[in-house]
Amino acid sequence: MNSLYYQKRLSRNIGDKFFTSLSVICALIAILPLIFLVTYILYKGGSQITPELFTLEPNPPGDDLDAGGINPALIGTLIITTIASIIAIPVGVGGGIYLAEYSKGGAFSRFIRFGVNVLAGVPSIIAGVFIYALIVSTKILFGSMYSGLAGGMALSILMLPTVIKTTDEGLKLVPNELRYASLGVGASMYTTILKVTLPSAFRSIATGVVLGIARAAGETAPLIFTALFSYYYITGFGDLFYEMGSLAVLIYNFALEPYDAQNKLAWAASFILVLSILSVNIFSRILAAFTEKTKRV
Amino acid sequence: MEEKLTLFKNRKRFGIEKNIDIIFKNTALVLSSFVAIILLGIILVVFFQSFESFSRYGLKFLVTSEWNPVKDEYGAFTAIYGTLVTSFLSLLITIPLGVGTAIFITEDFVPKVFREIIGSFVELLAAIPSVVLGLWAIFVMEPFFRAFFVFLHNFFGWIPLFSTEPTGRNSLLAILVLVVMLLPIVTSIARDSLNQVPKKLRNAAYGIGASRWKTIFSVILPAALSGIMAGVLLALGRAMGETMAVTMIIGNSNAFSWSLLSPGYTISSMLANQFGEADGSQVSSLFYAAFVLMILSLVVNIFAQWLVKKFSLKY
Repeated sequence: MNSLYYQKRLSRNIGDKFFTSLSVICALIAILPLIFLVTYILYKGGSQITPELFTLEPNPPGDDLDAGGINPALIGTLIITTIASIIAIPVGVGGGIYLAEYSKGGAFSRFIRFGVNVLAGVPSIIAGVFIYALIVSTKILFGSMYSGLAGGMALSILMLPTVIKTTDEGLKLVPNELRYASLGVGASMYTTILKVTLPSAFRSIATGVVLGIARAAGETAPLIFTALFSYYYITGFGDLFYEMGSLAVLIYNFALEPYDAQNKLAWAASFILVLSILSVNIFSRILAAFTEKTKRV
Repeated sequence: MEEKLTLFKNRKRFGIEKNIDIIFKNTALVLSSFVAIILLGIILVVFFQSFESFSRYGLKFLVTSEWNPVKDEYGAFTAIYGTLVTSFLSLLITIPLGVGTAIFITEDFVPKVFREIIGSFVELLAAIPSVVLGLWAIFVMEPFFRAFFVFLHNFFGWIPLFSTEPTGRNSLLAILVLVVMLLPIVTSIARDSLNQVPKKLRNAAYGIGASRWKTIFSVILPAALSGIMAGVLLALGRAMGETMAVTMIIGNSNAFSWSLLSPGYTISSMLANQFGEADGSQVSSLFYAAFVLMILSLVVNIFAQWLVKKFSLKY
């Protein structure tokens, strides 16, 4: 009779309670520092934001109290990320198209897919070392050594696997009926891809690519000895071939300075970097959730 | 019938369109092979650049810890040891925390809305750049843990791992930063593989009278194990290659010490610190260290992929 009711003292019920509270504790330990981290960055960095921050050059570290602004680093991050995107998106989307549309699961495509996963796992600093050996130390880019262009190339190596993967997976989700219909009315393969399959996979590919760009924008390790750092305004096209600052490297350099003014600048730069990366992430998540609901099957 | 077939055969596309089609396909083919070219390029370039150091020190490089640009003597033992210790110890802390959190998210302890919020929040944190984490570690985490480190040294100083006075930046802090970095990775992959376990299995276990945690330990976790393992290996690869946060907090000292409370070195932090100013045979030695790091992370990654393929769920 009693065994029909829930018995608190039964060892299995005690054990269950114990493990449930253990997993709640795990979740709390995991999440609390993370909440603390984000709020601290937003609070500490947000309090440093002034209009001058966006327009001035950073002052070289020293005893002067005014640290200046982060304009060159901000523009530099935009330029370097753009260069990386210009290289990685066409190559990645093209490669993804081949894997999803043309390959028939043979040895070559399996090797490339394997390579994509391996390349995604290559430590980011190795990408920097590689570009240093290939481009910076050989001065192959019109005799310039450290340059924004080299930094963008290093970042593009990190973006490439993400872009290929999202294109490949996005195209694979497109129902085959669409392809048959298009080929059936006499369209050639490239028309089918450009006019039918790519547009219908556009949103999922775009989401993945944007997330990849956001991740690349925060990468530091590939830039510290390819793009290096610069304190000066970016004035023209020619500056691509010289040292170029970026928000990430600015945070790294100024966090290690003993001066308070530079540390504050690092916090301000973190605020801008984290805020933009998080908002891109949240926005694309909302977009993806929205697409999922309205998807035609 | 035959007439129709010949009609069909004669209907060819215009030459231009056909050529564009072929060009398009081959362009895509070339672009996709870029991945392989870059990957092989990275391996070859790093290997050839390290050749000078490799031929001079051979495998001795891996087990000696002298790093002296003046005397031109190089050995990367401290950095290799640091890389392995920080990544393995941080995983040791991350795995129970991450899997526990993943179980919390996939079970129905709290309403679904909360679980989804927590889940996407954890995933968002994977997007925070590591350099920002490093900044946070220097100014927030280090002061926060200072008293705890002193306590560790005073009471557990007899263990070699805690045998030195804690310094402002040390290996243990690097391990803790890595835990914060790896948690989102392990949690989200563990959550995905737990979600993929079919409902049937859970219901069957409940049906024969297993309690909730009996079900989790004996049915669900074993079924999700391969996915979780692959996630753990990916996290291990990330931990080994992680550069910025570790460089900023580990203290960067090549003096070997068993103690986690003294400054240490990892291969990636050594590269980040010295690469810019190195010259002569130091560059080659740094490339050798980079090569070691690359091989380590390649092995871990390839093993993870093999694991996924070999043990992926078959229901």
